[in-house]
Amino acid sequence: MAIKDYIRERFFPHMWCPGCGHGIILNNLLRAIENLGLKKNNIVMVSGIGCSARISGYVDFHTLHTIHGRALAFATGVKMSRPELNLIVPMGDGDALAIGGNHFIHAARRNINMTAIVMNNRIYGMTGGQYSPLSGYGTSATTAPYTNIDHDFDVVQLSVAAGATFVGRTTTYHVQQMVDILQKAITHHGFSVVEILTQCPTYFGRKNNAGDGVEMMKLYKDNTTSIGSKKKQENPDLIERGIFVQKELPEYCDEYKNIIARAKGK
Amino acid sequence: MAKAKLKTHSINREWCKGCGICVEFCPAKVLELDEHEKAVAARLSDCICCKLCELRCPDLAIDVVCEKEKEGTSEN
Ligand SMILES: Cc1ncc(C[n+]2csc(CCOP(=O)(O)OP(=O)(O)O)c2C)c(N)n1
Ligand code: SF4
Repeated sequence: MAIKDYIRERFFPHMWCPGCGHGIILNNLLRAIENLGLKKNNIVMVSGIGCSARISGYVDFHTLHTIHGRALAFATGVKMSRPELNLIVPMGDGDALAIGGNHFIHAARRNINMTAIVMNNRIYGMTGGQYSPLSGYGTSATTAPYTNIDHDFDVVQLSVAAGATFVGRTTTYHVQQMVDILQKAITHHGFSVVEILTQCPTYFGRKNNAGDGVEMMKLYKDNTTSIGSKKKQENPDLIERGIFVQKELPEYCDEYKNIIARAKGK
Repeated sequence: MAKAKLKTHSINREWCKGCGICVEFCPAKVLELDEHEKAVAARLSDCICCKLCELRCPDLAIDVVCEKEKEGTSEN
């Protein structure tokens, strides 16, 4: 199947701004799914609210466009009732880690089999550029005109600490790595987190003089490196990309099945 | 790097928003923005079939078809 077969073409061109990285994530998520040969009917995409969350409207899978911060809760409900389906949950950084932070850590802790994609543009795009828990100290936002004094989460460390059994990070510049990590995350049997650094030229870029989509992607190229690279040792400020954790632990739906069997005295 | 041969390179002008990402990151400098701020493949004969423009297009507007040889792609 070509990737065009996985989208709802009638809704294109999409609503994202010129140069917005969210479209690059859509593009390469579809390629990962195509490479895996997944059937459309076996995929459920659940999203919350945000520019990022609009992704679920564009894909021709089973889709739920739910409420802000609660995508993982809805996805948990779907997965518990239909464990054979592939759950993909793309979220903005605000959606996943501000209002949705608690759902996020507890889904990770349970190790329920789904793929959480954090589309991290370090800002609330949809509502006009307010700072998010990922904006970071010293950045500017509509709500931080004198710069932000909040420190940011490290999505990778947070996910690892919360118990996610697959954790990866990449950027919209590194598209081949994105496809590779997404494929591995989707096939992983457990809770997978993939953080993808994605540019919001309209708000984060403009507020922080980071330039347009092209310039912001150049920053991803220059400011990131592979996990444990020599470059990282020389410059500890570089952000690492790759797969940080990939381990097998009992999965939540499997455990629940065992509980049902036990309750029935089998 | 195995060389693939280009069959077709198409850009959906209805979907292209002229962000210039394909233009900037094409390793062979094949693309440009025209006077309507839409991407065009101005130097098609230089295309090396890496498909990076297709992969990085945020608008899903680019479709590169290559003859089936081993696909050579490059990325840092
Ligand atoms: C319960 C609730 N609170 C607040 C909002 C307003 N709201 C809509 S989207 C959003 C944040 C979007 O930021 P993010 O999740 O990072 O996604 P982005 O738009 O940047 O892709 C907020 C606060 C809402 N829709 N519902
Ligand atoms: S506001 Fe930002 S996140 Fe939203 S579509 Fe525009 S560039 Fe993308």
